[in-house]
Amino acid sequence: MVTREYRTAKEIIGPLVLVDGVEGVTFGELTDIKLDDGSVRRGRVLEVNRDKAVVQVFEGTSGLSPENIAVKFLGKGIELGVSSDMLGRVFDGFGRPIDDGPEIIPEKWLNINGNPMNPYARDYPNEFIQTGISTIDLLNTLVRGQKLPFFSASGLPHSRMAAQVARQAKVLKTGEKFAVVFAAMGITFEESSFFIEDFRRTGALERAVLFMNLADDPAIERISVPRLALTTAEFLAYEKGMHVLVILTDLTNYCEALREISAARKEVPGRRGYPGYLYTDLSTIYERAGRIKGKGGSITQLPVLTMPEDDKTHPIPDLTGYITEGQIIMSRPLHAQGIYPPVDVLPSLSRLKDKGIGEGKTRADHANVMNQLYSAYARGKNAKELAVVLGESALSEIDLLYVKFADAFEDRFIRQGEDENRTIEESLAIGWDLLGMLPKSELKRVRDEFIEKYYPKKD
Amino acid sequence: MSNAQGEVVKVSGPLVVAKGLANACMYEMVRVGEARLFGEIIEIRGGDCSIQVYEETEGIGPGQPVFRTGEALSVELGPGLIRSIYDGVQRPLDKLNAEFGDFIVRGAESPALDRKTQWDFVPVAKVGDAVAEGDVLGTVQESKLVVHKIMVPKGAKGKVSKIAPVTGNVDTVVAVIDTANGSREVTMVQRWPVRQPRPVARKLPPKETMTTGQRVLDMLFPLTMGGTACVPGPFGSGKTVVQHQLAKWANARIVVYVGCGERGNEMTDVLMEFPELKDPESGEPLMERTVLIANTSNMPVAAREASVFTGITIAEYFRDMGYSVALMADSTSRWAEAMREMSGRLEEMPGEEGYPAYLASRIASFYERAGSVVCTGSEERKGTLSIIGAVSPPGGDFSEPVVQATLRVVKVFWGLDDKLAFARHFPAINWLTSYSLYQEVVDSHCNEHVDAKWQENRRRAMGILQREAELDELVRLVGMDALPQTDRLLMQAAKMIREDFLHQNAFDDRDTYTSLKKQFKMLDVILHYYDKTQPALGEGVPLNKLLTLNVLEEVARAKLIAESDLDQFDALKDNISKEIDALPR
Repeated sequence: MVTREYRTAKEIIGPLVLVDGVEGVTFGELTDIKLDDGSVRRGRVLEVNRDKAVVQVFEGTSGLSPENIAVKFLGKGIELGVSSDMLGRVFDGFGRPIDDGPEIIPEKWLNINGNPMNPYARDYPNEFIQTGISTIDLLNTLVRGQKLPFFSASGLPHSRMAAQVARQAKVLKTGEKFAVVFAAMGITFEESSFFIEDFRRTGALERAVLFMNLADDPAIERISVPRLALTTAEFLAYEKGMHVLVILTDLTNYCEALREISAARKEVPGRRGYPGYLYTDLSTIYERAGRIKGKGGSITQLPVLTMPEDDKTHPIPDLTGYITEGQIIMSRPLHAQGIYPPVDVLPSLSRLKDKGIGEGKTRADHANVMNQLYSAYARGKNAKELAVVLGESALSEIDLLYVKFADAFEDRFIRQGEDENRTIEESLAIGWDLLGMLPKSELKRVRDEFIEKYYPKKD
Repeated sequence: MSNAQGEVVKVSGPLVVAKGLANACMYEMVRVGEARLFGEIIEIRGGDCSIQVYEETEGIGPGQPVFRTGEALSVELGPGLIRSIYDGVQRPLDKLNAEFGDFIVRGAESPALDRKTQWDFVPVAKVGDAVAEGDVLGTVQESKLVVHKIMVPKGAKGKVSKIAPVTGNVDTVVAVIDTANGSREVTMVQRWPVRQPRPVARKLPPKETMTTGQRVLDMLFPLTMGGTACVPGPFGSGKTVVQHQLAKWANARIVVYVGCGERGNEMTDVLMEFPELKDPESGEPLMERTVLIANTSNMPVAAREASVFTGITIAEYFRDMGYSVALMADSTSRWAEAMREMSGRLEEMPGEEGYPAYLASRIASFYERAGSVVCTGSEERKGTLSIIGAVSPPGGDFSEPVVQATLRVVKVFWGLDDKLAFARHFPAINWLTSYSLYQEVVDSHCNEHVDAKWQENRRRAMGILQREAELDELVRLVGMDALPQTDRLLMQAAKMIREDFLHQNAFDDRDTYTSLKKQFKMLDVILHYYDKTQPALGEGVPLNKLLTLNVLEEVARAKLIAESDLDQFDALKDNISKEIDALPR
């Protein structure tokens, strides 16, 4: 194909450059934008109308002028060169190494948009992942191939928790290849160095691939970061048979970049100025989690997003919740009480838990204990609210017991150390210990045989 | 068809504009670019046609060719639909998987109905019969549960000149009809444009009860065969579980499940579970009566827009055979969003929240394709098509346009409530806000066929739940102890209705489906308790004793009583009476 380079940029609006008089340009094509000073920026064709092309510039348009740039259309979409050598390496938001290591020699070039997985080819996620965190393992079980986001808010320790999961996550079977792909979108240097240091300290860096777009990096680059990460993950999972945990943080920044482009294109906005296709766009990220029949590997996603104003109905958490298979919600009151990890147990949910737990996977009594802890904690919380209005004296004896239970639950079950890696048996043991605070007759959601076997014997 | 060919002039995401497509019609299918991507014309302006493309458009650019097909977006209808899984434009996903791999690549194509499968055609009509559109020519045993009727296609009115038993694939000629315009060969397959409703002789009011085995639905907010329902709810409130439960247990003969812009893993769940689950009536796997349409959220958005039409056209086709068909669409919000996205790209003037101004009319015309009908054809077959649409309102806010437009047309509203879901009360259908306009019809049916007290019991249960909601407010202010004793009994009865009757575990083998008879008995036991305790209280039995009867534990476990042991309920009622009578007064 002839090289097509044009010096006919007409308009620059926000992150977009409008090029005139082009020929043979296709939708989604990758472009190089050459400045007169010799530097090159990357762009992608967002729209092509007759001889006009709208190009989105990833590194931002500051310093560009219609006169000083030449736009070269490369005749292909954005591709990433992937290789097993990427493990242990750090890349920028465009997939270029930034850790002073050598260039990657790609085994393969892959389009970063991927193709949608055929629903027929999917295998149902049902393999329990032990994260060592009781509130996840016992109550909101994570399984391989799931996408389970953390709904957090500013000031909450979601990074620490995500790092803890990355460090501790394992499947009860041994001898399987495991990797972490980490994509940072617009997070601060401090947060990112926390992750890198944590990975380095625990030796996890060797089996990790990191893509870094920090808060002062070009915002538009954030559009491609999760796709680079997932393309790498797909390569590792389906071609190298690895079980890949993908941590994406922070999706809120990604959505804001998307909004910026949408606004620059003067599109009709949906809710709160976000584009109407936000759902579809997010789904092309989240739905890349999964397992494929007959393939060894899997992709499990832990996206992190900060809810603006702690508001769960904000479009970003809302649309995310409609796509992902549950959510882990962080609670500010628990954090204020000094409880780590501050998981708000009641509204958190893992939709895939039912098929990942029970006999042969975790333990036969898992589902019963989970339901009983939920309902007991919910009742305790209710009783506490009532006590605030009416005073403790208004509570019945049994309700007082539940109040005690709820406090103990927060203190002993939810709270755990940042390096405390509880096995599922340990989590269950704490659960039973707490249930022991309640009389047997209250345990309506547990089968008698389990009560017989596990209910703490009192002297 | 002339080899009319146009040229791309503009590409913006899934929208392509082409020029030079002479005489192209609205909603005509075209193939775009060298990759021959599927597309559909959705706007014609001057010489330019706007095309929504069902596949990723990367690599398409001005100057590339566009080919006309001369046909509107159509589906293939014939034996082989049952047990299939299709994408939004009826491409068979299992075949694509086998031929093209685990990911859906562009331009992948495979016939919707397998051409290798051999079917045995058994004639019903005879040589010399005068037949018209919709008449049954013969049958094919499509699955263990479905006898597929081969019907006379549109416009083939005349005399049967040739018909005989034959075995072959769907393209096999099974009959020849002498029409006014010459003889016409009829195969087992016909095509139908999806945006055009299939005709019926006439519509009837839906009167027949649909049983779903879900207690809160059948007892409180029932649906009829041919009725329409919507299930709105915020995420995590269990829409999909409700839809799956209906697809599993509703007593329709055919189920069409449209996964429209939802999760891939959920479709996998259906695919893995349905072949295992048994239909409660026939004992055969549920897959034997099911057609799946899966256009997950990450699949192209234009195909998502088409998926509900593909689904409903297939559903109508089975309705025309005289079956009761239920269509589940999960979720219509994603469908509406697909419309919004295309509308935005066409730069149409937006209505509410960016949705196109025609949103309400599209939704209405979709639900209007449901109904109880007399099918076309001379034998007066009756068929029904029920639609159950899930709606996913942003932020759980029911005042948004899709919910509101849907509520204007559907007759049953099952409002999901995330507060109930957080309290792990499933199905999380709010009994105070939900409604069904078919209640009277179903009541009279159940009074006759289940128990004469059906309607009375239902009304009483609703009354108790309503009263509980009022009292709840009071309790929050003054505490439970401040309530009069009779009200506390009512609160107890309400709690039992909620926990021991309405609460139903979809993942428990026995609890997942409850027959109407058992539903009635379960509720009857609870009301019996309420009836017995009130006079006892008057006679001076302490309230505490009445609230803590030992038998209550049995009532709580009554949901696990097997369908074959329904006599146990009578024993349970006796036990309640005995224990209350034995209390000291």
